[in-house]
Amino acid sequence: MNFKLHVWRQRDAQDKGRMVKYAVREIGAEVSFLEMLDLLNEELTEAGEEPIAFDHDCREGICGACSLVIDGVAHGPGRGVTTCQLMMRNFRDGADIFVEPWRGRAFPIVKDLVVDRSAFDRIIEAGGYVSCNTGSAPDANVTPIAKQDADLAMDAAQCIGCGACAAACKNSSAMLFVAAKVGHLHLLPQGRVENQTRVGNMVKAMDAQGFGACTNQQECEAVCPKEISVNFIAQLNRNYVRALLDV
Amino acid sequence: MNLDAHIPAGALETKWQRYKSTLPLVSPANKRRFKIIVVGSGLAGSSAAATLAELGYAVECFCFQDSPRRAHSIAAQGGINAARNYQGDGDSVFRLFYDTVKGGDFRAREANVYRLAEISGAIIDQCVAQGVPFAREYGGMLANRSFGGAQVSRTFYARGQTGQQLLLGAYGALARQIALGKVTMHARHEMLDLIVVAGRARGIVVRDLVSGTLRSCCADAVVLATGGYANVFFLSTNAMGCNVTATYRAHKRGAGFANPCFTQIHPTCIPVSGEHQAKLTLMSESLRNDGRVWVPTKKGDRRAPHEIPEAERDYYLERRYPAFGNLSPRDIASRAALQVCNDGYGVGRSGMGVYLDFAEAMQRLGQDVIEQRYGNLFSMYEEITGEDPYRTPMRIFPAAHYTMGGLWVDYNLMSNLDGLFVIGEANFSDHGANRLGASALMQGLADGYFVLPYTIGQYLAAAPVLDKSAAEKTAAQTQQECQQSIAALLNIKGKRSVDYFHRRLGKIMWDNCGMARSAASLQQALQAIPQLQEEFQRDLRVPGGGASLNQSLEKAGRVADFLDFAQLMCRDALAREESCGGHFRTEYQTAEGEAQRNDAEFTHVSVWQHRAAGEPQLHREPLQFSHVALAQRSYK
Ligand SMILES: Cc1cc2nc3c(=O)[nH]c(=O)nc-3n(C[C@H](O)[C@H](O)[C@H](O)COP(=O)(O)OP(=O)(O)OC[C@H]3O[C@@H](n4cnc5c(N)ncnc54)[C@H](O)[C@@H]3O)c2cc1C
Ligand code: FES
Repeated sequence: MNFKLHVWRQRDAQDKGRMVKYAVREIGAEVSFLEMLDLLNEELTEAGEEPIAFDHDCREGICGACSLVIDGVAHGPGRGVTTCQLMMRNFRDGADIFVEPWRGRAFPIVKDLVVDRSAFDRIIEAGGYVSCNTGSAPDANVTPIAKQDADLAMDAAQCIGCGACAAACKNSSAMLFVAAKVGHLHLLPQGRVENQTRVGNMVKAMDAQGFGACTNQQECEAVCPKEISVNFIAQLNRNYVRALLDV
Repeated sequence: MNLDAHIPAGALETKWQRYKSTLPLVSPANKRRFKIIVVGSGLAGSSAAATLAELGYAVECFCFQDSPRRAHSIAAQGGINAARNYQGDGDSVFRLFYDTVKGGDFRAREANVYRLAEISGAIIDQCVAQGVPFAREYGGMLANRSFGGAQVSRTFYARGQTGQQLLLGAYGALARQIALGKVTMHARHEMLDLIVVAGRARGIVVRDLVSGTLRSCCADAVVLATGGYANVFFLSTNAMGCNVTATYRAHKRGAGFANPCFTQIHPTCIPVSGEHQAKLTLMSESLRNDGRVWVPTKKGDRRAPHEIPEAERDYYLERRYPAFGNLSPRDIASRAALQVCNDGYGVGRSGMGVYLDFAEAMQRLGQDVIEQRYGNLFSMYEEITGEDPYRTPMRIFPAAHYTMGGLWVDYNLMSNLDGLFVIGEANFSDHGANRLGASALMQGLADGYFVLPYTIGQYLAAAPVLDKSAAEKTAAQTQQECQQSIAALLNIKGKRSVDYFHRRLGKIMWDNCGMARSAASLQQALQAIPQLQEEFQRDLRVPGGGASLNQSLEKAGRVADFLDFAQLMCRDALAREESCGGHFRTEYQTAEGEAQRNDAEFTHVSVWQHRAAGEPQLHREPLQFSHVALAQRSYK
């Protein structure tokens, strides 16, 4: 297959950046999107040009590093997959493909397709954990947890922190990310203890990092590679109101 | 080289408890004054950094990803072992200890392995307390599954994302300490060298990957938790960034490298589909709980799997190893797959694959149950291959996966360099010549949560205070050397990309030092690698400069180290004239083709010392077995 790529190139945070056209040829349908970029990068390198910088590591949809907006959609056309899991068989031969980085005030561009997502780390630092020191835990089976609670908690805990939710949101809201973490911990007895403070602190951190407010557009759910449900946002909102009343 | 393992005296069962209670303590007021560097934020690094900070030490933690949560541990799928006997199927600390020593083909230290088994239960407690959503039974109790090399059900799991959930637990603990100001986190930083002052590790040189700036960071102790080196094979199940740089550069500064040839080839990966491929995808070993491995009984049978009747299928693992069957240990299952493929029975376009079939399990348990157990793995398989494993058997083939070898450490997890500690996959300690499934997560967390935080105190309590000015002088020197090697890579200005060389190195290693090795193949590799290295130094092209984000430059540094390190691996494989675990020398096998150990001559850890000029020197740490009788490993 052949494709015409239009890729965002930007030297560094200060550079203005622009779209650059590249032709890629003879790509097999079983090649992944990132492998296609690898091939292009190898060509660029051998031609003496700087290869396109993009974040990636595990290449199997779990580390959350890869982060491309493809044809205007975070993680591209596949449903429930990350960029690295996207195969070229999902594209039409000869297609023009537009490749851009995550956009958003809280995700400044570092270079080309690489953005700075440390804002997510700072939100977790504000309370996305259970405060228990190593060695202080009781026997793991002392507190039974209903299977359906554990399963639902796992649905939320699957979040890979890629940032697609915020990148897709027209308000650049990180609500789904925050809701997934709060939802996961809230469903488990170990996490419930600190729920009120956690919710207040994480939402505050989200605002401070420059993410916008949620107006229920549900774009986030549509692009989430782990298909995390917006129901967790509704739950977060209930928790948040309670946290506000409490303070 | 001093290879005293410092194993405390006393009975195996009580050694660790007794030793722990006699370790000298550092007073809380003093802990704040000790700075500890932790390189790596995977399970080992995150758990260590968080726990050390909770204890009151000043911690600086580094990782090369953009967030500590993205360390390679995140990708572990299947589960984590613990001797809890929640299933009442006869598990015990001793049994986990025994299985691990035997699984490692009797090439690990008994005392270390016993401690690991003993601690395993506390890890599960800790993780549950952190909110790790392990799988549960309907009654609310924790669920377990079986893994290769064990006849009990002791593996705890969170769907197919156990590593992710455990790492998010440890990352949460780390984030809490970062917020409290006890840990300073440096993401997108790569360690380039170790600062050694008068035989002691006193800091590291790092490169800020965004600005390209080099910086030295001095400390009272350095902990490496930098993971394994399976990417020496280019194609592996490891994340793209996994590398040997941190441990190899520490090796060049004097740390002994132990058993580098002990690498694990995982039996259940998606077969290679073409030249373009950048990495291989693991299909969790847990699939072997319900999947049956087979090939056609006729050579070169090209019929679709459903057209091959039952009588014309060879379930070779069940046939050859009736006691463990599809749950035979990894080294055995991998070698058996390679053998049937080399003999012409392999399936798929390349003939390099075997079937992993769920038809029988689906009939017995229903599709629902299979979906619940393996749903995400099945959809991952389908996305990659375009085939639906609910209808047609998966095709699998072995791939490089894990490295048992690593920097040598004593019982305290300290290397032969004072003040340099090594934890997780980066050290060599507990898995001998073959690691059992679900034991790496256990070891990483045992090291980080429950061993290192105690043993490092003993070192710090007795270590001389950091001489700042001496450390800074050496630091400046070391940093300058790093700057020069970066400049050298940028200045080659040849024609070929880093990947081009890495791919070729991988092929040499896979063909000659992979699943089966011989003196001839290893000697061939030892000729080919220096030639490739020479070409690398002449024809490499790294576009861009050193003063900004430059992913080619990062890769170039790593591949330069792999080229050096690969030779050490081959040397080690050549020196070990026996077959054991993942190290299979074709010259040393039984009449049935099983690995043949040579206990009289090789019951030792091989530890290599780097020498500035000339070949590395081999030292040996003898291994003694008093609780497990050395026997030929049998899974029949
Ligand atoms: C696909 C897959 C599935 C697996 N499944 C299982 C399983 O089910 N059960 C099991 O027990 N084991 C499993 N394993 C093995 C297990 O995941 C690893 O052995 C383990 O997670 C390693 O943890 P670690 O903390 O030692 O290192 P890693 O998680 O690899 O972390 C290394 C850290 O070091 C940092 N680092 C490395 N080099 C540098 C440098 N030069 N400078 C700065 N930072 C650096 C990285 O940024 C990273 O933070 C699996 C492995 C793979 C590949
Ligand atoms: S590279 Fe890890 S999720 Fe895509």
